[in-house]
Amino acid sequence: MNEYNLNESYITDIKEKLALSTQNVQVYYGKSQAIFDANLNFPRYKITALIGASGSGKSTFLRCLNRMNDKIATVDGEISYRGVNINSPSTNVYEVRKHIGMVFQRPNPFAKSISENITFALKNAGMKKKQDLEERLEQSLKGAALWDEVKDDLDKSALALSGGQQQRLCIARSIAMHPDILLLDEPASALDPISTSKIEETLKNLSKDYSIIIVTHNLQQASRISDYTAFLHLGHVIEYNSTVNIFTNPQMQATEDYVSGNFG
Amino acid sequence: MNAKKIDRIASFIIYTIVAAVILLLIAILGYILFNGVPDISWHFLTSSAQSFSAGGGIRDQLFNSLYLLVLTIIVSLPIGLGAGIYLSEYASDNWFTDLIRTSVEVLSSLPSVVVSLFGYLLFVIKLKLGFSILSGAIALTFFNLPLLTRNIEESLHNVPNLQREAGMSLGLSNWKTTTKIILPAALPGILTGLILSAGRIFGEAAALIYTAGQSAPTVDYSNWNIFSTNSFLNPMRPAETLAVHIWKVNTESVTPDANLISSASSAVLIIVILLFNLGARFLGNKLYKKITATK
Repeated sequence: MNEYNLNESYITDIKEKLALSTQNVQVYYGKSQAIFDANLNFPRYKITALIGASGSGKSTFLRCLNRMNDKIATVDGEISYRGVNINSPSTNVYEVRKHIGMVFQRPNPFAKSISENITFALKNAGMKKKQDLEERLEQSLKGAALWDEVKDDLDKSALALSGGQQQRLCIARSIAMHPDILLLDEPASALDPISTSKIEETLKNLSKDYSIIIVTHNLQQASRISDYTAFLHLGHVIEYNSTVNIFTNPQMQATEDYVSGNFG
Repeated sequence: MNAKKIDRIASFIIYTIVAAVILLLIAILGYILFNGVPDISWHFLTSSAQSFSAGGGIRDQLFNSLYLLVLTIIVSLPIGLGAGIYLSEYASDNWFTDLIRTSVEVLSSLPSVVVSLFGYLLFVIKLKLGFSILSGAIALTFFNLPLLTRNIEESLHNVPNLQREAGMSLGLSNWKTTTKIILPAALPGILTGLILSAGRIFGEAAALIYTAGQSAPTVDYSNWNIFSTNSFLNPMRPAETLAVHIWKVNTESVTPDANLISSASSAVLIIVILLFNLGARFLGNKLYKKITATK
């Protein structure tokens, strides 16, 4: 693997409306630094992919965006959401996570029925009316393209679903909260190709109403579904540009080497 | 020697050891049940013990054992739950939590006679609770708490971390995630542990000799006033349990049928504990299915 100058980077200006932006984000695990100076602006209602080799810090960075790294790592810098720095200690993290949802690498439905998986957090957030809950249940399952497959089994255990269905249920569970932003951490890496393509299709549709940030180590996936792509290497954001440019006209040597499969 | 041969020899040795253990267990169980079951009768289960003449039963002892068990669980379950939840969900790994875990382990290896004498000095004498079910229940809590805490902590810990992250990512607080997602998922394990520990409480004798006492005063089973001295529910009365009764009948009893009483009581004790164990499995499975909605 070649040595690259990690302090050089090419970051494009996003002229669209922003969903989220980060300024000088540093992440430390104990003494070792995992993210250096991340400055990224995420456009609204677009899919932004974070790519990079293992250990590049893409998942670590993603988890900062809704404070899932609290208690695990130290995160410095600013993360602005609607003009508020959500990385400040005074931020109500529970409120943040209602606006910025997350789907994880492995499907993690609750050991409850399908409908309870969706409605549980809603009830907790204060939604009481049965009619509202049912409406939201159907709406979010449809949004995640799962409704047709499970509409007759809503009272059955979510654990009986296949891996791909479980993952779409997790997506449905997230969007049921009506978040602004959806963070996805390699959501398809544990799934078979058919489930993967269903997830991708789902995400494409969801990007009309949600700003999506997705970590993936699958370059084809990034090029298929994302509008913008950020390439991270060893904790540094090396290049951030429209997906087309990243894959066809990379500005940095490291990016070019990575997207053409020379390392990672 | 080739790998296959070594494997065969190892398997043979392991099977032999397992068979020896199982045979031993069957022998003990068989002996107790074989000797005791023929002497169990409705009369034996429903009449009070006799000090000097034959024909005494174990009604009061059996009830005392069950009542003591219930009281002990009422005292120890909330504490065990609190400690288990703290250790598994809230505590960070540092010297303090290490200290707690070590203390819990030390507590669990205390000989029950020591616990009993400690309970005698502190609860019976100092706090003036006297020989009472309450003293016994608190002593048994000491005895039971370490295992219960351990069990609850482990059951919670075994719930995958992904479940916590799922709860957190939906904006649920740590407490809500713990009580509404982690705890239900861990409930079958907790329940199994609880019922297994109930079996231990039920069979415990040494810890009770100096705390709950060795006498079973006649009580009135129709008196539901918990504060009345002769009520069966009064927790301040001395109460000889079944296990203590077995010990006592065998050591200092003058009844002519002491042998019969002790073997029949032992059989009852074992049968109840077996029922607990089977019940634990059944209930644990049932509960898990209900919670996870698997039909």
